[in-house]
Amino acid sequence: MERIPILRMGDFLLVTIQVDMHDRLAMTLQDDLTRQIVASNSRGVLIDISSLEMIDSFIGRMLSNISLMSNVLAAQTVVVGMQPAVAITLVELGMSMPGVRTALNVEKGMMLLRECLDSDDSEVEDDAS
Amino acid sequence: MMLLKSESLPIVSEQDIVRARQVARQWAIDLNFKLIDQTKFVTAVSELARNTLIYGRGGFMLLEAVEKDLRKGLRAVFEDRGPGIPDIEEALKDGFSTGNSLGLGLPGAKRLSNEFEIISQPGEGTRVTIARWT
Amino acid sequence: MNAPNHTGLPEIIKKHETDLLADWLKEQTALATRQQVSLKEGELKSQCSEFLRLLRKGTQGNNPDISTPEWAEMRELLTSVSRSRAQQGFTPTQTATFVFSFKKSLFIRLRKEFANNADALADETWTATNLLDELGLFTTEMFQKTREEVILRQQQGLLELSTPVVMLWEGILALPLIGILDSARTELVMQSLLQKIVETGASVAIIDITGVPTVDTLVAQHLLKTVTAARLMGADCFISGIRPQIAQTIVHLGVNLGDITTKANLKDALALAMKQSGLTVVNTKKLKEMAA
Ligand SMILES: Nc1ncnc2c1ncn2[C@@H]1O[C@H](COP(=O)(O)OP(=O)(O)OP(=O)(O)O)[C@@H](O)[C@H]1O
Ligand SMILES: [Mg+2]
Repeated sequence: MERIPILRMGDFLLVTIQVDMHDRLAMTLQDDLTRQIVASNSRGVLIDISSLEMIDSFIGRMLSNISLMSNVLAAQTVVVGMQPAVAITLVELGMSMPGVRTALNVEKGMMLLRECLDSDDSEVEDDAS
Repeated sequence: MMLLKSESLPIVSEQDIVRARQVARQWAIDLNFKLIDQTKFVTAVSELARNTLIYGRGGFMLLEAVEKDLRKGLRAVFEDRGPGIPDIEEALKDGFSTGNSLGLGLPGAKRLSNEFEIISQPGEGTRVTIARWT
Repeated sequence: MNAPNHTGLPEIIKKHETDLLADWLKEQTALATRQQVSLKEGELKSQCSEFLRLLRKGTQGNNPDISTPEWAEMRELLTSVSRSRAQQGFTPTQTATFVFSFKKSLFIRLRKEFANNADALADETWTATNLLDELGLFTTEMFQKTREEVILRQQQGLLELSTPVVMLWEGILALPLIGILDSARTELVMQSLLQKIVETGASVAIIDITGVPTVDTLVAQHLLKTVTAARLMGADCFISGIRPQIAQTIVHLGVNLGDITTKANLKDALALAMKQSGLTVVNTKKLKEMAA
């Protein structure tokens, strides 16, 4: 079966979506990612959507779900590279995806993930002391 | 109004939703739609095609390239012989869904289009028409 | 006078197609020299022979109303002729000449063809005149519409020029808006801001509306949507310079600026943007004084 590859980079997982996904493919990605977070004990997920020319409510909901589920699994998700036309259209559609963290590109997304993790870690240390 | 081109596509599987998006995108490019207008139209098509498949139990999309007063436009008609929509006003409200979903498809497609029309008869089927101009 | 039930035009055009075309082309070239415009020979020839073909097809239908489907192809041809002439800077008259110049060549043929039948000649001339006048007028109308389009595009171009997005600092953009905002202008400006965010990789953008006298619901909503879209792309967007009246209007209109960061002026917004980006400004003179 067709699948979107998930790359492991140290503590993080990286997914680059390059195809126009049909609904089942999007659902499979959601399942695969949650499984991978647990299997590889990842702390963060980067989803690069810079090649996506369209996001409808289905794909939008998938991105929100991945964010929520990763949170439950103690990982952070950052969605990176959304194109302006896609962003304007999503807002017009009525999806502002409030719980989803975003960054302009993979590099900035990586920085954001590190910051999140650092502040998480320091909170843990604070609690311990 | 002049009809420049038209094509009918079946919507009976998830792959057909992807295909509807792709054909709509190509036609929008051919008519010189700006990127933002292409994206809005394709997204509306995707939402309505999915409704046709899921709620209408399949149907078809009729895509038309039209010209009026030197302006080009795309019109898409989604038709199914499914259960119909009992309360259209309700269905057009943000957040209304009988499918445990977000309820954004119909109202969103309306906001993304220049023209929007729903005709639905319970028990007979549903027809949604959208148009977007360059 | 009654128009004949069946016009002989299609047959005459068919019979004399080559001659008609040659005469007409010669006529147009002569006129063009007088009007001091230059026609592209190949393009003109193909437009003329297409016109003849469609005129024959149209008159066969025996329906003089050129807004009917039988004339759809003809209308399309004339639209494209008008469009290309308008773009090349022709006047409306020079554009309509394309159709009117055909009268001379056609009438000469008609006269020869109906030399022995005065009634038929009168009828055919009448039919042809009416038809060509209609087609000529249609050309002028289309010319007008194309000009309007060109003007609209130029206006849009000016709008884009009138609102430049500037980079205040590495990674910080500002969009100083000045003058009256209508919803079309706001939408355009917002799109160019988002585009600039991608191009420059700036993670903060400030929309400064100090120079904006009033804001209506639609404009306020566009501002709101832009901030949300920027966030989806991964950039923060602040609004600065909201004057008291505008603040009142916004509240009054019931627009919820809820999660949006607003600052009294551009300076405060920049300070916040720099802080967020981890930047500080140090006064080196004071530092030196202190060291001394
Ligand atoms: N073609 C159709 N036939 C029958 N009912 C329909 C059809 N299209 C929409 N509906 C009804 O209208 C409701 C609203 O549709 P809409 O697309 O706005 O939301 P949704 O599909 O439930 O959620 P979303 O599109 O956000 O995933 C649907 O839940 C369904 O009850
Ligand atoms: Mg839907």
